[in-house]
Order: sequence, then structure tokens, then C-alpha cells
Amino acid sequence: MLRLDNISVAYGDRTVVRHINIALGDAEILMLVGPTGCGKTTILNAIAGLVPLSAGQISLGDWTASPSQPVPPEKRGLGMVFQDFALFPHLSVVKNVGFRTDNKELVDHWIELLGLAAFRDALPGQLSGGQRQRVALARALAHEPALMLLDEPLSNLDAALKDELRWEIREALKKAGVPAVWVTHDQAEALSVGDTLGVLQGGELAQLDAPDLCFSAPSNRFVAGFLGEACFITAQVSGVATAQTALGPVALTGEPTEGALEVLVRPGDLSVSNDEASANATVRWVRFEGATRLYGVTLDDGQELSVRTSGADAHGIGDRISVSLTRRASYQSFPAED
Amino acid sequence: MRRAAVYLLALCAAALAVAPLIVLALLAEDFASVFDSRNLTLLFNTLLLAALTAAGSVLIGVPLAVITAFVALPGRRVWLALLASPLAIPSYLGAFTIYAAFGPGGEIEGLSGLTTPAFQGLIGSAIIMALYTFPFVLLTTRAALLNQDRSLILAARTLGIPLHEALLRVALPRAGRGIAAGALLAALYAISDFGTPSIMNFDTFTRLIYVEYNAYGLSQAALFSLQLMALVGLVLFLESQVGAVRERPGEALLIFPSRAAVLALLASVLPILMFAIVLPLGVFALWLAREGAASFDVAIAWNSTYASLLAAAGAAALAIPVALVAQKGFLGKTLERLCYFGFGIPGIVMGTALVYLGLRLPMLYQTLALLVLAYLMRFLPLAIGATRAALDKLDNSTMNAARILGANPGEVFRRVTLPLTTRGIIAGAALVFLEAMRELPATLLLAPTGFETLATYLWRVYEAGYFGRAAIPGLLLVLLSIAGLVMALAGEADRDRMSTSGPQGATA
Repeated sequence: MLRLDNISVAYGDRTVVRHINIALGDAEILMLVGPTGCGKTTILNAIAGLVPLSAGQISLGDWTASPSQPVPPEKRGLGMVFQDFALFPHLSVVKNVGFRTDNKELVDHWIELLGLAAFRDALPGQLSGGQRQRVALARALAHEPALMLLDEPLSNLDAALKDELRWEIREALKKAGVPAVWVTHDQAEALSVGDTLGVLQGGELAQLDAPDLCFSAPSNRFVAGFLGEACFITAQVSGVATAQTALGPVALTGEPTEGALEVLVRPGDLSVSNDEASANATVRWVRFEGATRLYGVTLDDGQELSVRTSGADAHGIGDRISVSLTRRASYQSFPAED
Repeated sequence: MRRAAVYLLALCAAALAVAPLIVLALLAEDFASVFDSRNLTLLFNTLLLAALTAAGSVLIGVPLAVITAFVALPGRRVWLALLASPLAIPSYLGAFTIYAAFGPGGEIEGLSGLTTPAFQGLIGSAIIMALYTFPFVLLTTRAALLNQDRSLILAARTLGIPLHEALLRVALPRAGRGIAAGALLAALYAISDFGTPSIMNFDTFTRLIYVEYNAYGLSQAALFSLQLMALVGLVLFLESQVGAVRERPGEALLIFPSRAAVLALLASVLPILMFAIVLPLGVFALWLAREGAASFDVAIAWNSTYASLLAAAGAAALAIPVALVAQKGFLGKTLERLCYFGFGIPGIVMGTALVYLGLRLPMLYQTLALLVLAYLMRFLPLAIGATRAALDKLDNSTMNAARILGANPGEVFRRVTLPLTTRGIIAGAALVFLEAMRELPATLLLAPTGFETLATYLWRVYEAGYFGRAAIPGLLLVLLSIAGLVMALAGEADRDRMSTSGPQGATA
């Protein structure tokens, strides 16, 4: 079991990662996501032993690393898949995968499983990007790591391949039964692939939860906005865990007691109808997305929201429409901003 | 602990590089009066030669730079390689053969009956130096010109300015830094070179250092050496002030010449190549035909090879730790820079310093070790540069990947770093080898008695007047120089290919 106890990492005077606490169960995949410069790769490098800790400790199995007692990378029993693949350019695929293991069967097993059998003796320079990434994955898994680290493994690949490899990697990790920390800056990847999601903000862990919880009940406005389109609608607490909004009463997540709130409303939480009589909003702009349409609407009290509907519902700019809350059992709220 | 060992080795290399300066500084303490009228004459002569050489190299190099940068000639790479080739040939070979070919009783008069003016003194030295240093100006100026976007010249032409005037008024002024950098390199070469002024009988610091050394005036030679070093330092300082060209790179101008223009350009370039390349080869070949190869002792070639191989191996071994530490940290970078000191020290000065060292440390006196040490100190930067270039190409994550797979730093070095940098290390060692084979002044001063090399043998037959015997060593030295040039160009082509193709298949 991987444990990060209150770790911090500093480059010179600049602390880039602060007070991170993470515990990772067996065979669990943790996604770490955040904007550029949030420290997600630094956390990965700290786990790998590639950057020194300035505070806290990391433990996995039989080792514990701290600022005073660092453990070198080669003593940690990890596997790592790099953004640029980091294959040894002078070694063939099979020699890369078997770099430091005598277990030929395991080497062949992963080469076979990841569809690399035809390229056994090719050099990395002769492979395509997707093939290189599979070699990198096979190499890490063939060394039977206690934990896998993946540093934006798909960012150098094109979109179609990304989607395919994403599931292939998840599948391989689950088959090997290896826990993993997977760093990405892609929200869709972060939400869909992992068992747990950690959202980083300025070097601190803003939220660590199941992906659907992070999405529906984000811990702050930054997390709310980072994981998907977010609008806020003003509300007043009207009872125990309920509030009144311009779109009617809503149930709240948690039990806020303050009077003035803003409730998180995602475009998918709203629905639209043509009913003239109950019309409560005007279409400001519309964006056709293929299967769906995204509308910018202004409520009659002046608040602006985004609504996503089926692509078949067509409304023009300036149309009067009726917007209502539909989807959720309860909504996340934040104290109102001045 | 292992890291400490690497730093220790790098420290040794840096100490080696700085040692000659310290030795000379110690020597200088023995002197109370340092300046007399002879010093002034020497200073004046050396500066004059440097200035004339710089002017001559600009005169030849700048037009050639414009042609090679902008004109779409057939076989551009070949043109450039040919025009850069004089740089690879030590000017003492050119000076020797030009001296032997021209003037009353020279080879040209012997062959054709025409009496040509003799090359000698300041003018002779300056012309020969310019012939062998113009590629500095050609290369730096060409690089600056290629960096310029063509839009400004095109704009000038739409404003009604003819092409040649646009080149003069728009392109060349912006290449000023490149021209200055090349001219300073030519000047540096002129004040450091020993062979040419000696053969041309022109009193500069380098020539007089050797004269004093032969007259057992080692302390006087050391004083001249220090004064020469001050000049070198001045030129290097000026060079550092020139700085790089700061212009946003764009697409270079391309001029398509008519056939007549190509022929005219060819005709204007040929005489330069005739003088710098064909004439030395021709004179050596003539001597070979006339006197045969019988007088040549193969042991001499072996001596050169042996000493140069030792220097190359030593340089390669020392370059690895220096290049490793240079990749990170202030200390490492400082050590690397110190190692570059030797490159600026003229061979004759290095020789003087080590002769003095040999006199103080009798176990080194008159040993091959001292000669190899001189080669090491002078040419180590070549090995460091090539090794660093290879190391810098490696991705950090490749090494990290090996660590994470369980390899300790030693194993990573053995199984990943070393195999991936071998080519660079060997290329660096080969450059050191070729330079050491051709080195003249330090070898003259430091070769143990009876240990004759190609360069020193050439020098002795020149001094003794048996020119014909220079044929084989002369031809060998020219061939070695060409081999060095081919290697350097191949390395450059390699780099070009690497940088243009890049990591392929990243999005396949």
C-alpha cells in the first residue's frame, strides 16, 4: 500500500508541492489531474525518487523515504511510463522489455499481450508512437513493479489512439493487479479511467475522491470549473439542506446554514422546453456540437446559464424558452461571492 | 561516493588546463624589468600582422559568405566544404610550400623560367595567414546572413535599390557581428601561429620565443610567452564582447544565377583554392616525384601516431567526467570552462611552460609523457565538446527509466549512457588525434631527443634546406587534415539530419 504522509517538495526556495496526503489501496488506480504547473508531475517524481522530499514521508511495502533518509529510485521497486516513452534507443524491443529481468516468460507474456510480438527485434526508432508506448508499458510491467507511475502517457499521441490506448493501459494494469498513479491534464481521461481522482491546485491537493463525487460535489469553485463547464445560480437557504433558486427549490449536498449561496449547475443538469406559458429565459447564443447543442441563456432575473440539450432541439437566438432543473438528487453549493 | 570520484577526475582535468598559466605566472616573478625596445617592436609587429590578417580574411571571406549564403549554386555543399578546407590545413604547410615555390630560385622559376616575387616578411605572412584564416570569416558571416529574413532585401528592391546595393546596405550591416567574430578569430590565429612568421622571417612573439628557446634563453622565452598571452587574452575578451547575432531567424534570400555568373564566380574562387590547397599538394607531389620516398623513415610516422593516440585516449577518458559534471550545477560548469583554457594557449607558449615545468620536475624532463600532456591540455576541449554534444542529446528520462527499473547509477552509465555516447566520444578522440598529429611548435619544444614526428621532421628538413625530404610527411599531414575536415563535415551533416527529422512517429 502506497502512503504519502504530508509530503512537500521544493526546488530551491520555491515550494512546488505542499502537504500532500494520499493512501492508495491494492490494484487501485489514482488519477492526478490539474493545470500546467500544479505540481502533478513533481509528485510522481517524488514517489519515484527522482526529486528529493523537503518534508513528509513516502512508504510502499518495505521501504520508507523521508528527507533525511532518501531511498534511491532503483531500490523502490516501481514501474514508470514516461510522457516521451524513454525507451533505450540502442536496444531492441525485447531487450528493452527485459532490461533488468531474467523472467523470459513474463517478458514474452507482456510482449504478446500488448500486441508487440511482430516487433520483438525492432529498435524503438522504427516504431510508431502507439507501439512505443506499449513497449514502455510492457517494460514496466515485466519488471513486476509494486506500483506503476504514469506521467501523461498519452499526451504525445493523437486523439484516436489516445482513446484506444487509455483502456488498453487500464486493462493491463488491472490484469497485472498493480496499483497505479496516473498523471494527466486531460479532464475526460481523469474522470473516466481511474478509481480515485485527485485534483491539484497550486501544489496542493484540492480534492481526493471518487471521480463522480469530484464532478458533482467539487470541494471548491476551481475544482468545479476544472472538471467541466460550470455555472452558478444564486440561492437562499430555505430549510434543512434545501434552498430556493430562480428555478425552484433544490436539495443541497451537505448542510450549509448561511443565507446567501451559489449553487453549481452544469449544462447537463438543465432541460429546456418550448412551452410559451412557463417561459423564464431568453436564448443568448447557441453552439451546435453534433449530438448535442449548447445554449447560452439569460434567465428573466438576469442570471446567465449554459444548457446542453439533444442536438435535435433547435432554438434560435432571442427565442423565449422554459429552463428547469432536472437531473440531480442534490446540488453542491458555495457561499455567495460578493 | 561515485559522484565524488567523477568530480575529482573533472577537477584534475581542470587543474591540468590551468597549470601552464600558473607556471608562466611563477616564471614572471623572476623578472624585474619586463619591457625594452625589442618588446615594443615585437608587439607592434604582432599587432600589425594580426590587423592585416584580419583585414585580408574579411576581404576574401565576406564576398564568399554572401555567395555561399545567398546564391543557388549547383553543388552548394561541395562549394562550402572546399572553401572551408583551408581552415583544416596548418598554415605552416602553406607557408613552407609557398616559400619554396615563389621567388628567385623557387620551384615555379625552375619549372617555367618565370621569376616570381618572393613571399617574405610582414606582407608574405599576412597574405598566407589570410589565405588560411578567411574560412573563419566565411563561416561566421554566412551563419549571420543565413539567419536574416529575406523580406528586408526584397523590400529594399521594391523601393528601387539594385541587388548589389541592397546586399551592401541592407544585408551586410546586419551581419556586422558575424564579420567581427570571424575577423577576431583570424587575428587570434595570426598572433598564435608559429610556423608562418618563422618561415617568412618576420619577428613576432611566437618566432622570437622559439629563437630564445634555442639560444637557451628560456626565461626570456617565458616572458615573451606571458606578453603573448596578454594579447591572446585581449582578443578573447573582444571576442566575448561581440556577442551573438540577435535577429529573429527567417527564410534566407536565394538568388538564382545565370550560367555566365556561375562561371565568373568559379573563376574568382579558383585562385584562392589554388593557393591554399592545390599549391601545397602540388609542391609536395613535385618533391616526391623528384626525390622519391626512399629517404623517409616510417618510424617517424609511427612516433606521431603513437603520441597522438596516447593523447586521444587520455582526452577521451578525461572528457567523460568533465562532460558529465558540466551537465549540472555551477561547480561542474566552472570546471568545464576551466578546461577550455588550454584551447586559447598558443602551442609555442604551452611548449615553453611545459619545458620549464620539466626542468623543475626532472622525472618529466625529456619524456614522452610531457609531450602527451601538452597535447592533452591543448586539445582536451575538442573531446569535451564532442562528448557533451552526445550527452546533451540523451533524454534525462531515458536514464531515469533505467534507474526506476532497478539499475544503480554505475549500471545506468555502463548499459545506457556509455553505449549511447560512444560515437561522440570516439569522434572527439579522433579530432584530438588529428590535431596532435599536426601540432608543430609544442612538439618542437617538448619531443624527447631523437623522437622525431611528422611535423618536427618537416621542420628540420626545412631548417636544413633538404626540402625534397618533406614530400612524404607533407603529403601525409595534408591528407590527415582532409580526413579531419571530412569527419567534421560528416558530424555536421549528422547533426542536421538529427535536428530536421526529430523524433519520428510520435503521433503515428
